[in-house]
Amino acid sequence: MEALLAVAIGVLVAASVYLMLARNVLRFIFGLVLISNAANLTIFVAGRLTVGAPPLIAKGTEAPADGVANALPQALVLTAIVIGFGLFAFALVLMFRAYTTLGTLYSDEMRIAEPPEDAIG
Amino acid sequence: MTVMKSRNDAFGLLPVGLALLLFVWFLTFLPEVSDGKAIRYAMDWIPSLGITLSFLIDGLSLTFALLITGIGSLVFLYSNSYLSGHEHFVRFMLFLFSFMLSMLGVVLADNLIALFVFWELTTITSYLLIGFGHENETGRRSALQALLVTGAGALAMLAGFILLGMTFGSFELSEILLKSEELKVHSLYSVILILILAGTFTKSAQFPFHFWLPNAMAAPTPVSSFLHSATMVKAGIYLMARLHPAFSGTNLWLWTLTIFGVVTAVIASILALRQTDLKQALAYTTLMALGTLTLFLGQESGYAVTAFATFLIVHSLYKAALFLVVGCIDHAAGTRDANILGGLGRVMPFTAVAAGLAAMSMAGFPPFLGFIGKELKYAGALGVASEPIFVSGAVLIANSLMFAVAGVVAFRPFWMSERSNLPREPHEVSAPMLAGPIILAILGTFFGIYPDILQRALVAPTVASLLGNIEDSKDLKLWAGVNVPLLLSVMTVFLGLLFYWQHRRLRNILIVVIGRAPSFDRGWDRILDGLKGFAAWQTQILQSGSLYHYMFVTFATMLLSLSVAIFLKPMEITLPDHWVISWQGIALILLIIGGTLITTVTASRITAMASLGVVGIGVAMIFIGFSAPDVAITQLLVETLVVVLVAVALLRLPTLESEVGNRRPIDAVLAFGVGLTVTVILLSVLSQPLDLRLTEFFEITSWPEAYGRNIVNVILVDFRALDTFGEIAVVVVAALSSYALLRTTHPVSSDQGEQR
Repeated sequence: MEALLAVAIGVLVAASVYLMLARNVLRFIFGLVLISNAANLTIFVAGRLTVGAPPLIAKGTEAPADGVANALPQALVLTAIVIGFGLFAFALVLMFRAYTTLGTLYSDEMRIAEPPEDAIG
Repeated sequence: MTVMKSRNDAFGLLPVGLALLLFVWFLTFLPEVSDGKAIRYAMDWIPSLGITLSFLIDGLSLTFALLITGIGSLVFLYSNSYLSGHEHFVRFMLFLFSFMLSMLGVVLADNLIALFVFWELTTITSYLLIGFGHENETGRRSALQALLVTGAGALAMLAGFILLGMTFGSFELSEILLKSEELKVHSLYSVILILILAGTFTKSAQFPFHFWLPNAMAAPTPVSSFLHSATMVKAGIYLMARLHPAFSGTNLWLWTLTIFGVVTAVIASILALRQTDLKQALAYTTLMALGTLTLFLGQESGYAVTAFATFLIVHSLYKAALFLVVGCIDHAAGTRDANILGGLGRVMPFTAVAAGLAAMSMAGFPPFLGFIGKELKYAGALGVASEPIFVSGAVLIANSLMFAVAGVVAFRPFWMSERSNLPREPHEVSAPMLAGPIILAILGTFFGIYPDILQRALVAPTVASLLGNIEDSKDLKLWAGVNVPLLLSVMTVFLGLLFYWQHRRLRNILIVVIGRAPSFDRGWDRILDGLKGFAAWQTQILQSGSLYHYMFVTFATMLLSLSVAIFLKPMEITLPDHWVISWQGIALILLIIGGTLITTVTASRITAMASLGVVGIGVAMIFIGFSAPDVAITQLLVETLVVVLVAVALLRLPTLESEVGNRRPIDAVLAFGVGLTVTVILLSVLSQPLDLRLTEFFEITSWPEAYGRNIVNVILVDFRALDTFGEIAVVVVAALSSYALLRTTHPVSSDQGEQR
């Protein structure tokens, strides 16, 4: 399963790179969502996969049974999901604000800070 | 104004007194040092790196220390009058005094790293002093040029120092100098020598790094006299002399120093005759002196090294005096142009006498010290290891030209027919300004008549520092009998008179010839322009201001570095037997891949939103399937919020259009490459054994220490609670920023320029 997921992660990364290279910033944000998913899955898979054994400690025992899933990557991914969401929400609002102010979704046309005629060189 | 004046005097005399005290203190070392002893002080500075603050006083460093403090106190006194009432007088004195202390550090330091630090301090104070007239663009340019040229050389030198220190396990000069034999056969000898010479040649303005020194004449005259003739430019000379015992004696040392020295001396003395500005003419003769000193440092004979030690002192005395005289002329007559100046002797008799004495020493007339120096130079040149005729010829030409320049600088302005069109009515300068030139000129005469005092006190100990044996020092004599050096001296006088007589014609020829030759100064500008052009070019590539370019460069760099990692460290990819493949898993993965592809290619907002949701749910299902219920719950919640937010935003946004542009195929190739390398690296990571120590720690301690049965939750809220707190902070900041952005929404503006 891990190998198949590694391939799926590769597809996710490739798609998000392609989307983030688009001129339309809405596509850029889609790429952002996909690359967050890819990163989370990478951390998760790197901790190995376990079927049907969540990292819980049964009542009356002091330690989990042998063979439960790796708890550490799960904790890391949980944090990463929330932060990825924060980034996504902010980027979306920024894009929205840019559109309402500038009237375009194309990054090439957003040149208020650096007008083309002021370009270096 | 009177208040201002008295402030100047009170502050101005302080450095004079301090420098004089230091001078006297160094004089007390004379008896011990002239017996050939060396005194060393050391204290720990950075013991972990083997760097100590250690100082060594021997013949060489004491000679320099006395020149620095002695000339320093006279220059401080002179500056009191020269810059009297200047609004930045106190600043000037502070810079100049800081320079003096740094320069003392250079010549006294026994530790290479400490020496480097002091060395750079002199570079910085020199920068501040050249740029003292910072309102003037020439001053700023010259200051920066001197800083960059000598600073670049010093960096190379630091590399040389570190190699030297690593090779011998010590940064102490006194220890390294003992290992001369070991050093000369070491494989790094050439590298270390070339790196260090890069520092000394730039500092001491050897050809082709000479161009910064004449430009440094933008500084006030006391600075030119002190830094750029008597002391700082000799720091490179000092270091070569200091390293002479360890490095000399190889062909590389001999030929590098001889050739650079000869070329510098000859070119500089020719260029000196070309100048009409007295200060510029003196600057070029300083270059000539530096070249000559370098030339003699290349040799090992007693004559050459005695010539070095004597000429070092002679030059400092007369050159500092002449610079101060030029400052007096400038002060009194308002110009330094040799074509206008004349007849000053009657109105400035004392200056004229000082100038005359110093110039006779420079020209090499008996009984001045300059004569003895010149005789020794000829004796040293005739005794060089090889090509004595070539070296002697070069020294002869340089000396004759210097003779002519001495006449132009110190004879013509005072005794040639009066010119009426001076910018200012000349007058004799005040006593503090006269003190320096007169004392220095008289010293040059006194030591010429009593050379044995100078020899015993300073020359012989200096020679001993270089050659190790005080007996190698040759005698300083006014009359050494009729010999080849004396004949060469006579030739020098005749050639010099000829050059002086014809100097206007020669100058006109030189102006034409040099005008055609490539200029190093302009070459420097081209190098700087090229550097700036390169910076602009690479900034334009990396910082184009276009989001697309930033992303492309970022991902291309990622692809490149990951590929290099894969290529350099061949990865083993093995698929362990226990990996289970279930049909549910395959279905989920196909779901994720399908959603991803649709998001990528669709031109419909609704489809994109839906397929993004599919990917998110697919990932959540993976978490559920592989024993991560908490993560799955969070993922589902977040995924729902993402879809809701995108839906709200999309209502206000225009439809998606297909991306056009002929770069999309290239983007696709880059994207495919990045995805492939990520998969390959992830597969190889999965083939490695997993280190589970941290997980085991959390499993064992979760209940006994934190009383939690859900290990993931315990990690988040207990063991790594601060991380979770940070995470909350990120979300809060994102929420506040989003609110701020939305609250100030303006309607679409037709004119973007007004939105600044």
